Amino acid sequence: MLRYIFKRLFVLIPVLIGATFIVFAIMHLTPGDPAALMLPQDATRAEIEAMRENLGLNDPFFVQYGNFLFGIFRGDLGDSFRTGQPVFDIIMTRLPATMQLAAASLVVAVIIGLIAGIVAAIKQYTFWDGGAMFSALLGVSMPNFWLGLMLILVFSVFWSNNYGYTLLPASGYGTIRHIIMPAIVLGTAHAAFITRITRSSMLEVLRQDYVRTARAKGLNEWIVVFSHALRNALMPVVTIVGLRFGVLLGGSVVTERIFAWPGIGRLLIDSVRAQDYNMVQGIILTYAIIFSIVTLLVDLLYTLIDPRVRTQYR
Amino acid sequence: MKQQAVPVKQRKQRTRLQETWRRFIKNKWALSGMALLLFLALTAIGAGFVAPEGIDDQQLTRRFSPPSRENLMGTDHLGRDMLSRIIHGSRLSLSIGFITTTIGLLVGGTLGAIAGYYGGREDQIIMRFMDVILAIPGFIFAVALVTALGPNLTNLMIAVGVNSIPYFARIIRSSVMSVKENEYIEAARAIGSSDAWIITKHVVPNSFAPILVQATLYIGDTIIIAAGLSFLGLGAQPPLPEWGAMLSGGRQYLRDAWWMATFPGIAIMITVLAFNLVGDGLRDALDPRLKR
Repeated sequence: MLRYIFKRLFVLIPVLIGATFIVFAIMHLTPGDPAALMLPQDATRAEIEAMRENLGLNDPFFVQYGNFLFGIFRGDLGDSFRTGQPVFDIIMTRLPATMQLAAASLVVAVIIGLIAGIVAAIKQYTFWDGGAMFSALLGVSMPNFWLGLMLILVFSVFWSNNYGYTLLPASGYGTIRHIIMPAIVLGTAHAAFITRITRSSMLEVLRQDYVRTARAKGLNEWIVVFSHALRNALMPVVTIVGLRFGVLLGGSVVTERIFAWPGIGRLLIDSVRAQDYNMVQGIILTYAIIFSIVTLLVDLLYTLIDPRVRTQYR
Repeated sequence: MKQQAVPVKQRKQRTRLQETWRRFIKNKWALSGMALLLFLALTAIGAGFVAPEGIDDQQLTRRFSPPSRENLMGTDHLGRDMLSRIIHGSRLSLSIGFITTTIGLLVGGTLGAIAGYYGGREDQIIMRFMDVILAIPGFIFAVALVTALGPNLTNLMIAVGVNSIPYFARIIRSSVMSVKENEYIEAARAIGSSDAWIITKHVVPNSFAPILVQATLYIGDTIIIAAGLSFLGLGAQPPLPEWGAMLSGGRQYLRDAWWMATFPGIAIMITVLAFNLVGDGLRDALDPRLKR
């Protein structure tokens, strides 16, 4: 098992180094001179040139990339062009908010998706099945930023009074009430995917002989569904959650922007607008690292769910 | 025991395509998706005739008019007719969907076909490179590309298209790998066909079905991604009636003019829904085993 983890980590490192190269190369292409951006508007050409030398911008591309890469290993992603603070520190103060949002929306997605998928499967071809599948179809077709605006419209605009009371706050951070709408917005599409995959996986499993055996020996239907069928149907669900986590992280950028959520997604867009490319570079790498770690964790989760996978890596 | 001869019903010979089409039109969800798509395509093509007004016909005297008989979806902050803008915007969203998916299919497809057909070192190099791109969440990668290229409609399509390359490379690689083991490929090779000929004449047509399904479903995704980037101000710029950009404009006036943010979003949802219905229908029709 430990050998498997090390093997996977070993594969992960070159992929992440490759990702640093791609991100660095793309940001290198970006128009605009970082040195000029960091200095006041009326800086002389000599001052800009001195700044370029100071930042190492006159070095060849690969030297700059090498410095960047070694910096990452020391936890140094350079300084923000906008504030002059270390990029790493700023990202670390913003990261918890993004992780909270991702976790909350994942919880929403898994709870709704599993329940709807199981109900659709055990009540196949009934009203419940049709309703769940149609909702799932709407869920995957709906842009999350639109859903966000509609929820704000209902819960913060229509459902409010003139004294500033709103049922749910349209922006802000800190309490449970603040996270409800963003988590629903970010979780909806995933709930829809989980519903679809849970339904088809459950239908497959419910036809297996061991489920028939469990029913034949007179077990309670709840036990059959939850302890015999669900556990065996869970593998494809875990796979889809892992695969789509990248989409969830991407969606967090838009969601954070709509609800003024103080995470790295909003910071990314603010930094793009301010041409703070060091910051943009650091944030994109942070996303890539989180995504890779989650993918690894999902693979490890397989071994917990399915003992057969575990024995493979003994 | 008397045995009665059961008359064998002569089954009409149908080609695989006819068989697939028959299954497709039997599925009423798929059919309604197809009808919806046809309607959207015709609206987009005839936008100039269908839309009551142009994309930038400003009338400041009727700013923020709620939906009424004159302006079915209301007017925006510059007094432009929302319905007309949404109709014209369908051209943009549909083109974005098709163009980006085509970029992904052509580039990703070529890379995937090479990787899957040759295997070995070519496969290793191409697929490791794809893994690296896939390590960066797609939407974030598109944000990086648009930032580097500059925010406009063309760069938006390039960014979303490039973003889909690894996705199609993977799908096409795996279907090419399963097709190339067939005997007819070996036969083609035995009679001296070149690799390029085998790939384009034998391998691609035979791995076409899963690719078509994925491409249809993916068009919907690209429309949402592109609209999301425009919503963030990183794609189509005003006054272009791109639905994501219109939503972004409507967001500022959410409190006073709910219709400005509501209708463009419904337009996106219906379009994506149509592609999803057709994609799901195609999948079930091409592989009836999946449908239970």
